[in-house]
Amino acid sequence: VSAADPVTRADRLERLHGRRSRTHGIIPDGVARTSANVCEAAGCLSLGSDAVVDALTQLVSERGLADVAVRRVGCLGLCARGPLVEIPEHGRLFEAASSPQTIAAIADSLSQTEATPDQQQPFFSRQTKVVLENSGRIDPESIDDYVARDGYAALTKALTTMTPGDVIDEVVRSGLRGRGGAGYPTGLKWSTVAKAVPARNGGGEPKYVVCNADEGDPGAFMDRTVLESDPQRVLEGMALAGYAVGARRGFIYVRAEYPLAIRRLRSAIGQAERAGYLGAGIIESPFEFHLEIRVGAGAFVCGEETALIASIEGKRGTPRPRPPYPAVSGLWQHPTLINNVETYASIAPIIRNGGAWYAGIGRAPSTGTKVFALAGRVVNSGVVEVPLGMSLRDIVFEIGGGILDGGTFKAVQTGGPSGGCIPADHLDMPVDYESLAAVGSIMGSGGMIVMDQTSCMVDVAKYFMAFCRDESCGKCVPCRVGTVQMHLLLERICRGDANRGDLDRLENLAAMVTDTSLCGLGHSAPNPVFSTLRFFRDEYLAHIDDRTCPAGVCTMSPGATS
Amino acid sequence: MHAVPWRAGEDDVEVAVTADAPEHDDRRWRVVDARMRRLGYRPDALVEALHSVQDAYGYLAPESLGQVARALHLPPSRVFGVATFYSYFTLAPPGAHTCVVCMGTACYINGASKLLDKITARLGAGAGETTADGQVSVLVAHCVGACSVAPVVVIDGAVHGKSTPDSVLAAVDENGNLP
Repeated sequence: VSAADPVTRADRLERLHGRRSRTHGIIPDGVARTSANVCEAAGCLSLGSDAVVDALTQLVSERGLADVAVRRVGCLGLCARGPLVEIPEHGRLFEAASSPQTIAAIADSLSQTEATPDQQQPFFSRQTKVVLENSGRIDPESIDDYVARDGYAALTKALTTMTPGDVIDEVVRSGLRGRGGAGYPTGLKWSTVAKAVPARNGGGEPKYVVCNADEGDPGAFMDRTVLESDPQRVLEGMALAGYAVGARRGFIYVRAEYPLAIRRLRSAIGQAERAGYLGAGIIESPFEFHLEIRVGAGAFVCGEETALIASIEGKRGTPRPRPPYPAVSGLWQHPTLINNVETYASIAPIIRNGGAWYAGIGRAPSTGTKVFALAGRVVNSGVVEVPLGMSLRDIVFEIGGGILDGGTFKAVQTGGPSGGCIPADHLDMPVDYESLAAVGSIMGSGGMIVMDQTSCMVDVAKYFMAFCRDESCGKCVPCRVGTVQMHLLLERICRGDANRGDLDRLENLAAMVTDTSLCGLGHSAPNPVFSTLRFFRDEYLAHIDDRTCPAGVCTMSPGATS
Repeated sequence: MHAVPWRAGEDDVEVAVTADAPEHDDRRWRVVDARMRRLGYRPDALVEALHSVQDAYGYLAPESLGQVARALHLPPSRVFGVATFYSYFTLAPPGAHTCVVCMGTACYINGASKLLDKITARLGAGAGETTADGQVSVLVAHCVGACSVAPVVVIDGAVHGKSTPDSVLAAVDENGNLP
């Protein structure tokens, strides 16, 4: 699909490329014959990829290699084996590239005119990249790179050839559902906000667009990857949303624990404003859209949309009852569209290629792709994007490469503290919103923690309950008190001091907290307990009746059981 | 101006003034003030203002909270309430160096709690505490999002993946002084 107005677009591209490229090679990117793409996302950075860039740049200039560029790019996916370096022209990926030998090998490879590609690993060949199409391909701090790969083509198309209603229709047609975890149809949410009547009282903007980048689930780093690897994509999605619902201002609420993502977002917003993709009169149209960053401050509950709104308003991040939903009354009581990072990141390809194209991926009613953060006791730990409906077995064993150290698969935990543990019996189930709910878990934002025989499921339930206890905002009693009591009961079970009555109490309390809590945090806090009780009740009983921990994790108290 | 409620807050502040209380006419405060000015000194600038204070001074001193309350025309109770709600904000000066042990799910099942036990035992400071010489603060994070390289420890802002007690203590020693 071509951009709507070739003249405007060509002008803009020319203007953009007049600026200095950030490419670290001797010659600009477009001229380079081969390039070494060094991953500079958080995982690889922590394993020393900055030093790899320096060493490689030095070696390239020492050897006088012409036509070669050393570039900093976003996440290459296979985070556990970093720092990663890819030579895309040769189809080669170098793992653990911090050793001098590997750096020399990369330089050797760069000096060849062609090379035999590595055998394609299932980790890469089984993935379908939509949200991550640019991840590891572009410099995340260069809008030129983004524009060169069809960046802002969707916004140009929308502003020049589509009405706001057309944009919403495409999103509806795509079948996209909220990637934050609940799976609410995105098109429906957009049309609700578009139809909402702006509040009359008070000044300010009539409507707002908010991006929820408060990725709080422990074990989830998909949104971080998107923000660190391709921040412009999120901005474009938000600008399209602003156009569609009639908002001129937006906020990105990002957690303080992601300093690199914040830095790259700031840089991206500045570049987009200078290039005329944000601000007033975007692409010579009357549409204006201004974006600001708001940094979270370590409160998990702020991932809940009403708490997030309170936090942006500068208040304690406590939720309020819904309805009214933010789509009707959100930021400063104005209609507010709130979507997750990955949802916005999916919008540009949908507008570019059409909703029908997106709906053709995945398995209705869960269309499209989903990014998962694969971690825990799995070989290929990293970020993966697959069509919805792929089996759990394919994700864990084909793409994930199976269990670390030859261990035995026990469960995969999805949905973080709001989700559940799925046992081996269900490995062949398709991963989509409905199937996950049917086994007592949720899609969640996309964290997948693989566990082997070394994990005790009661201990895992206790871990998540401790998390919810710490993160409960304290506004409603069932969550504030219930999580404390459930955690005490789980501790007792782990110590071997519990009896069958305690197990009943735990189950009753869990049901009560689910039914009576104010927001999603409390409502879903008992989920890890429910799902481990459903699939691993024998482990609970072993702790209670036999005072043993089958996984050997829990230490029993010395006293005799009552 | 909120003259009356504010006077009450200022009296409280008098009590809390210590020898090393930050000066608020210094250059660091100008950064905070610039941030608040950009946001029009509106009440919704509060969280951002507290971030600026913590970036500039390392923690939120009672004097700073008072100063922010005055600038944004907010009651001190509101500022204190927000400052204590968010776990990222700290009201006590941190050690010269920070060592944050990640307790995310992936880190937890890869032995983060044992790692934390060994680090706290060696440093003689528990989670949330600072060593007696004020050199190192040990903190716990719920997830820093570097799950692929678990267990993760963040030392002075730098993420260290695949950590062991020895690797962490070596890194801490390089930055600060092991007690």
